[in-house]
Amino acid sequence: MGIDLPLLWAVIILFSIMMYVVMDGFDLGIGMLFPWFPEKADRDVMMNSVAPVWDGNETWLVLGGAGLLAAFPMAYAAVLSALYLPITFMLIGLIFRGVAFEFRFKTAAGKRRMWDWSFCLGSFCAAFFQGVTLGAYLDGIALRDGRFAGGALDWVSPFSLFTGVGLVVAYMLLGSTWLVMKTSGQLQADMRSRTRHWVWALVAVLVVLSLWTPWAHPAIAARWFTLPNLFWFAPVPVLVGVATLLLLRALRRDSHAQPFLLTLALVFLGYSGLGISLWPHVIPPGVTIWDAAGPPQSLGFALVGALLIIPVILMYTAFSYWVFRGKVQAGEGYH
Amino acid sequence: MPDFDALLLARLQFAFTISFHILFPALTIGLASYLAVLEGLWLATKRQVYLDLFHFWLKIFAVAFGMGVVSGIVMAYEFGTNWSEFSRFAGGITGPLLAYEVLTAFFLEAGFLGVMMFGMQRVGKGLHFLATCAVAVGTLISATWILASNSWMQTPQGFAVIDGRAVPVDWLAVIFNPSFPYRLAHMVVAAFLATALVVGATGAWHLLRRRDNTAVRTMFSMAMWMVLAAAPLQAFIGDLHGLNTLEHQPAKLAAIEGHWDNVAGERVPLLLFGLPDMQAERTRYAIGVPGLGSLLLTHTLDGRVPGLKDFPREDRPNSTVVFWSFRAMVGLGLLMITLALGALLARWRRRLYDARPLLRFAVWMGPAGLAAILAGWITTEVGRQPWVVYGVMRTADAVSAHAAAPVALTLAIFVVVYFAVFGAGTVYGLRIMAKGPHTDESAIPVPGGPGQTRTPSRPLSAAAEDESADGSVHAAHDGPPAGEGTPPNDGGPR
Repeated sequence: MGIDLPLLWAVIILFSIMMYVVMDGFDLGIGMLFPWFPEKADRDVMMNSVAPVWDGNETWLVLGGAGLLAAFPMAYAAVLSALYLPITFMLIGLIFRGVAFEFRFKTAAGKRRMWDWSFCLGSFCAAFFQGVTLGAYLDGIALRDGRFAGGALDWVSPFSLFTGVGLVVAYMLLGSTWLVMKTSGQLQADMRSRTRHWVWALVAVLVVLSLWTPWAHPAIAARWFTLPNLFWFAPVPVLVGVATLLLLRALRRDSHAQPFLLTLALVFLGYSGLGISLWPHVIPPGVTIWDAAGPPQSLGFALVGALLIIPVILMYTAFSYWVFRGKVQAGEGYH
Repeated sequence: MPDFDALLLARLQFAFTISFHILFPALTIGLASYLAVLEGLWLATKRQVYLDLFHFWLKIFAVAFGMGVVSGIVMAYEFGTNWSEFSRFAGGITGPLLAYEVLTAFFLEAGFLGVMMFGMQRVGKGLHFLATCAVAVGTLISATWILASNSWMQTPQGFAVIDGRAVPVDWLAVIFNPSFPYRLAHMVVAAFLATALVVGATGAWHLLRRRDNTAVRTMFSMAMWMVLAAAPLQAFIGDLHGLNTLEHQPAKLAAIEGHWDNVAGERVPLLLFGLPDMQAERTRYAIGVPGLGSLLLTHTLDGRVPGLKDFPREDRPNSTVVFWSFRAMVGLGLLMITLALGALLARWRRRLYDARPLLRFAVWMGPAGLAAILAGWITTEVGRQPWVVYGVMRTADAVSAHAAAPVALTLAIFVVVYFAVFGAGTVYGLRIMAKGPHTDESAIPVPGGPGQTRTPSRPLSAAAEDESADGSVHAAHDGPPAGEGTPPNDGGPR
């Protein structure tokens, strides 16, 4: 057979999850920045900067889930039942923050604070448990006969809790650099000065994760620290360093879009580091994408749609971002 | 295998989360199409009332849509968290269908929703109308894929079971399975009908309070025309769907009818009342119309109708539940037809807007469509038990091997969160309905939404900005001037 269907689907799913992390990353980050920006006018601007696009951003998460079900049903079944509780907590977080976009503007002034909290804590909850899910996934899933065979709390480990914190920091940096790009005046200046702290926080997280991940997972260590891999993958940490320096420099200057773009680069590098660590496993530590693939008829049928439609989706998503380009002003919003 | 409690809890969780979820898509399917019609009418006739109504219902649509999105993401993951054995077995079939739904519908809705809600000042009228239509079409495409998936689980075909999993052999047969056309038509019409009843009730509520204006009259009138068209059509489709069920899921039909014994030559009555007793294998206190059951189901007076005793005990759905959920749905449907005919009569007598009993009836019927949708889904989902894939996989074999405790915990969280969050959302939606629409609904300029265009692209927005400079109602700008003037955001309408 000519086409490696599981490989193509793995690429599509990795792409969807990356799109999700990047795009919902900044709008979850905005929610988590609320405690530092208590003024109503600031919060309005922050929220309105993503109001027209947050729903599309979240759809990439649904595509990731649906793609996993379509292409790797065994992995979908095993991974989701293993990570039952953190995934449920994440979904609950997404509910609280998602409805806040509408409810916050529809409620009486006194109750607005309640939905501010809903947006903020919901964002924290969703981001943290996404990170926990990621960490628990890296730790590996206990299987018997291809089914999850562990306990309900297997996902709790110091490592997974730390990846939870790590993702919170990454999303906050995405959110704050997004806002540097989308705001102006005092809000932008505040955002710019605070962003520096979050850059350092992310650097700390990346350093710890880069050491902890291979230390706790020998298979991942072997992937990185053997020759010739070490040589091939060396650019990843080097580029992380370069991007960080450029980001700090951009924040000192009066640049608008650059910090966000450089943060995107950082997140992308971190994400590719993860990909390198796991490839080609879909259920760590032992099950590969070819072991877990569904029937070729299913993968082939869905692939046609994915290849034809995803480019169109990217086009109209870009159009929507273009319509709402530029800075957000206080008092804007349709509400 | 999981213990019984975990299975029951997982089923309760699914029933609870899906019941909440379905209400929001039902409203957004109907409202999206209604909004497209309103905007189209506005573009065609230039009558202000259509634009006013568009803006009014857009706010309610936005609330319902947000709740639909977040409750829908839960569903997409619940198949894996709670029903992992089902996903293992049938993921090769339901997975691609769900993937197509995401690709062709969810992205389309989400991608154009921003432009539809915030973009009227930013793009041309034609393009904005296109965005509204894209959202409306997206909701219908979404319904198509998810009903293909659900219908395949009810009347599966086009697959083979190889190595313990369902492998698709013929995708056209999978998608166009026997019950799919009926189920899709029934659900889409139900969504339109439920929405029309909500719109109609809102109009009637304002008319009863003498808040009479063109917008209120127009929406009440449009809603009553829609109910008149859709309610009888729905009864017709429902009848076809019932005959389809008789052919492909006879046990479900027997349970709906509370019918136990399949006797040759018997004129099967249509039971109006009764209490099916699963243990005693009979329907207590039955009151029925002789022969009508045979007539409706077989279109002959003594046609044979399957009885529950035709099926082994372990293959029988719970007749007590579906007997009544079905009757609730049909009863509500008959009330809808009554409302539509009443409105037609009042219209003919030129009293549509001041016939108070009719208006009161219309208000009470506001939630009837949504209630009927729930009753209908309970009938079809409880009625296909004990199967998750009809005749192929049992529900008891589909569940994840969780202990009872984590499932109970998540169920408790979902119950608390859904009632609190979606309860609040429903209150906000009702509050907006109770407040408007005003004739000036769209005279309040719709601000451009987030982001700013570098130059004012439309004369109207430039004018609004001048006004704000004079009247100083505008929030102070820090930074470059906004592309268009907007009223200060005071937290939206109250």
